[in-house]
Amino acid sequence: MGVTGKYFFSPGQIVTEQYPENRKTLKMAERFKGEVIMPHDENNQHRCTGCGICELNCPNGSIEIISTRIETPEGKKVRIIDKHIYHLSMCTFCGLCIKTCPSDSLAWGQEFEHAVFDRSKLTKVLNQPGSSIIKGIE
Amino acid sequence: MKEVIHTPVPDIEEEEYHINMGPQHPSTHGVLRLVVSLQGEIVKSLKPHCGYIHRGIEKMCEKDTYPQIIHLTDRMDYLSAHINNHAVCLLVENALQVEVPERVKYIRTIIDELTRIQSHQLWWACYGMDLGGLTCFFYGLRDREHILDIFEESFGSRLLHSYYTPGGLMQDIHPNFQKRVKEFIKYFQKKIKDYDRILTGNVIMTERTRGIGILSKEDAINYAVTGPSGRASGFSCDVRKHYPYSVYDKVEFREVLFTEGDTLHRYYARMEEMRESMKIIEQLIDNIPEGEYSAKMKAVLKLPAGEYYQRVETARGELGAYCISDGNKTPFRLKFRSPNFSNLGVLDKISREHKIADLVAIGASLDFVIPDIDR
Amino acid sequence: MAFSIYDFTSFNQAIDHALYASLPPVLAVIVEMTIIGLVFLVFYAVVGLFLVYAERKVCAFMQNRVGPNRVGPYGIFQTIADFIKLLMKELISIKNSDKLLFNLAPFIVIIASFMAIAAIPFGKGLQAIDFDIGILYVIAVSSLGVVGILLAGWSSNNKYSLIGAMRSGAQIISYELSVGLSLLTIIVLAGTMQFSQIVEGQANGWFIFKGHIPAFIAFILFLIASTAETNRGPFDLAEAESELTAGFHTEYSGIKFAFFFLAEYMNMFIVASIAATVFLGGWMPFHFSGWAGFNHVMDYIPPFVWYLGKTAFVIFLMMWFKWTFPRLRIDQLLNLEWKYLLPINLVNILVMAFIVLMGWHF
Repeated sequence: MGVTGKYFFSPGQIVTEQYPENRKTLKMAERFKGEVIMPHDENNQHRCTGCGICELNCPNGSIEIISTRIETPEGKKVRIIDKHIYHLSMCTFCGLCIKTCPSDSLAWGQEFEHAVFDRSKLTKVLNQPGSSIIKGIE
Repeated sequence: MKEVIHTPVPDIEEEEYHINMGPQHPSTHGVLRLVVSLQGEIVKSLKPHCGYIHRGIEKMCEKDTYPQIIHLTDRMDYLSAHINNHAVCLLVENALQVEVPERVKYIRTIIDELTRIQSHQLWWACYGMDLGGLTCFFYGLRDREHILDIFEESFGSRLLHSYYTPGGLMQDIHPNFQKRVKEFIKYFQKKIKDYDRILTGNVIMTERTRGIGILSKEDAINYAVTGPSGRASGFSCDVRKHYPYSVYDKVEFREVLFTEGDTLHRYYARMEEMRESMKIIEQLIDNIPEGEYSAKMKAVLKLPAGEYYQRVETARGELGAYCISDGNKTPFRLKFRSPNFSNLGVLDKISREHKIADLVAIGASLDFVIPDIDR
Repeated sequence: MAFSIYDFTSFNQAIDHALYASLPPVLAVIVEMTIIGLVFLVFYAVVGLFLVYAERKVCAFMQNRVGPNRVGPYGIFQTIADFIKLLMKELISIKNSDKLLFNLAPFIVIIASFMAIAAIPFGKGLQAIDFDIGILYVIAVSSLGVVGILLAGWSSNNKYSLIGAMRSGAQIISYELSVGLSLLTIIVLAGTMQFSQIVEGQANGWFIFKGHIPAFIAFILFLIASTAETNRGPFDLAEAESELTAGFHTEYSGIKFAFFFLAEYMNMFIVASIAATVFLGGWMPFHFSGWAGFNHVMDYIPPFVWYLGKTAFVIFLMMWFKWTFPRLRIDQLLNLEWKYLLPINLVNILVMAFIVLMGWHF
């Protein structure tokens, strides 16, 4: 009774997270695994070469890469991604895609409120429309 | 599995009746179904039915490469996720004969012990709740939150981390890790006294569990009851002591052994283990050597053909990973010897002739994680 | 009398006389009963809802939580919202259950607690009915509730419910003895079983102080036994949620469940108010003999406030028990009663009788 009494009379100990109210101030840990994102810089450019290693390493098939081969002005044939599709609904957040990506094009996002009414909304295209690859990444 | 009981079998005595404890019952902590045969309030016999959360993890492992298997082991005993990962990592490393950096070994040991503490904290919380002291539940979870926050900062997630990889770690520990672990140890050494005051020293709790569900040393060995439950019966089965891995051979700690083997001493064993774990962390946390956080590994890991076995000590007992490789990048067969499955086997034996309330207490003291039973 | 400013006797008598003057006697009685019934109904609902809220807040603070805080300021309307939810819920009828008994059980439980509340004095003259065997009546009526619990367990056609009901029966039959005997200790001291006279007898000091150590022991015993009698933790075996899911009310839903729920809290209120009345002086203000000024200040606090304050104190004690201790096992529960509480009680009565005989009390 002593322990419970002590906590009853010391309201400073309350540890409840006031979740929906503190949405503004809630700060997740910097390594928090919310979802897989592909960071784009200010020129709408990403680092993904479309090599498909993430697709190979994903244990659940959450990643699909649709890529096309184009010819650069220098005459080299390179592969660029058309769509980097990420099925959030199948992802188990193991982090293998991010770890194995040779060009560090993927990262963890901090978003964690993934509840949606339609399952198709969980299938995301990670590269933004019209984006291109940063020059010099092989 | 012919005799699945759905209705009372005809040859039981008149006075006995069956109740289904579970798959949805507050005290089975998951989807375990116990068909309990009762005479009044006395448990006459008990049949556990598992399989309600069978996900075929062992089969799924056969199509995954070794780095991919790691994240499946998280989902077996989700309260000792890191330690499960550790088993597979060690298995692969030993098979490939990779020398893991010292830093990785130290970090893994610290994190394993943190995992053990948080698992025991949740066990303590649920144990109190099963005995009817709901306040314990919140105190246990409150303190567990501190460890989960440390985990979240370093590994990005709170329950299923997938932090170890064959050869090392996913990423280096967070710069704050050491500081926060030390803060936690200081905090928890104070709070564990509260635990003692509210539950260990409580006469209702001690009287309710003393002499209940006695498991003799012989039975513990015969039924392969490992972990704190087995050690409370005097079965010295700590893998960390007998087959040390990582840096357990460099740290001083006591293998908590009792001889009584009743519910109360299973409780004591876990409480003592929390203190021992804190001692281990205290010895290591300041001495993490500098170095790489992962050994250089090939892009595709292929184990040489053969059989491999690796055991680790999870929070509930000995987890064995047995692997047959045919030289491909995926294992031919991967079998886990999960501690909870063996511990469940003894439940019928030790809970006979006790009351329903005792059955709940015994179940709580064996500390089941149901997904680990079914895998 | 110093506290005559808060005397309700004349007020009640005035209403009584007015009714009898204007109406035929039978009708007057009916009107009076209706008024009292309505007053108690409202009081019952308000106290029940408030107690649920208080319990949730108290346990939340003990567990480092904030408790209900969404509906209204500090969540004070939470229980009202819950109640509305329960009213709107479907009443599930159970296959193979005994329909009549199943539906009857919640009413028995709630009527029993309703009847007990009638005899409790809230203030001077503020009492529905003043029996000369008030304590006996309350003990008798409050233990009627177990019939409802047994019926509920029996008729639900659920093994868990049945085990819960049987436990509850064994428990209440045992602990009824301790409740009775510990109250008897005070009856020996007070020399009466009438609630109003018991309260009057404490005008110059509460019985818990007047009766030396035996009265204090009786108070402790009463607290333990009455906690058990109301099926509250650590004696909540009848509804031990980790063993029997919810015990006797597993199969109830909607408003029938609400009846059980409300009755449980009202029983807690009733035993707390008996404890407050018998041991802590009921609505009688706190007096020190000799401190006239202090006593005078105390008299200006309305007796209703005194009464509610004392009851709240006892209720808080009971909540504190519940949220600290783990549950007992059924055999320990019966051991505790028959091997410890009952002998202590019997010896206690003898000591108290001896003290009264020798005139050692104040």
